[in-house]
Amino acid sequence: MIDAKRRILLKGSLAAGAVGMAIGAGLLTPRLVLAAWPEAAFNAQSVDDALKGLLGNAAHEPSDKIDLKAPDIAENGAVVPVTVETTLEGASSITLVAAGNMMPLVASFELGKGALPFISTRIKMGKTANLIALVKAGDKVYSASREVKVTVGGC
Amino acid sequence: MASQMKIKAKIKGDVTEVKALMTHPMENGMGKNKETGEVIPAHFIQNVTAKVGGNTVLTALWSGGVSKNPYLAFKFSGAAKGDKVELTWTDNKGATETETVEIE
Repeated sequence: MIDAKRRILLKGSLAAGAVGMAIGAGLLTPRLVLAAWPEAAFNAQSVDDALKGLLGNAAHEPSDKIDLKAPDIAENGAVVPVTVETTLEGASSITLVAAGNMMPLVASFELGKGALPFISTRIKMGKTANLIALVKAGDKVYSASREVKVTVGGC
Repeated sequence: MASQMKIKAKIKGDVTEVKALMTHPMENGMGKNKETGEVIPAHFIQNVTAKVGGNTVLTALWSGGVSKNPYLAFKFSGAAKGDKVELTWTDNKGATETETVEIE
């Protein structure tokens, strides 16, 4: 009887240990990841400052190999569908910037192994402004931009 | 797991397309409560990672400029039907949610 209880207790503490380790690992990952969140770039209030903070350089070269899809007129600035695709070789990241937003840097996507240079999402736009898609390929940054007319701002 | 994330992963040829819908207020910290006039504190997803078989295919860094209840679609190659795609988001308050889906 006592032995059986001891067994149960042992099993229980082993399981608790495993759970603890899992939680520990789970907590560590987001912290490491969060450290990589470029706060200065996201808080920047100009496109150039945002790009400097994120990519180290504000320079970018317009490219017709980037296909940026977004509506010409967005009735609701709170939900603007955006799709970016590129045929540029060796694309490693895709960044979305809404030039008219208080904080222009909206999102950046790092493409891992196997990822195709394609992203589709929905963003907020505060007012009619240029929407810029930037693609990093090799050491260079290429861009495509288009104006989106916003009827009701969504910031 | 009581995740509120919806994911679909479909393979065509060698290309898998993942479409995900997350549930999150995505407050950018500039909005105000219409009744009280108080500023609603920033509360948004900062990071989304997609893993396939332990390999990170996509890392997204987001601001509060991504729409409420975010939608994200992306593509990758090199996977097969039945492989699992794991999507995890973490917000600025440290909350996190993970969902896994089989490629069909």
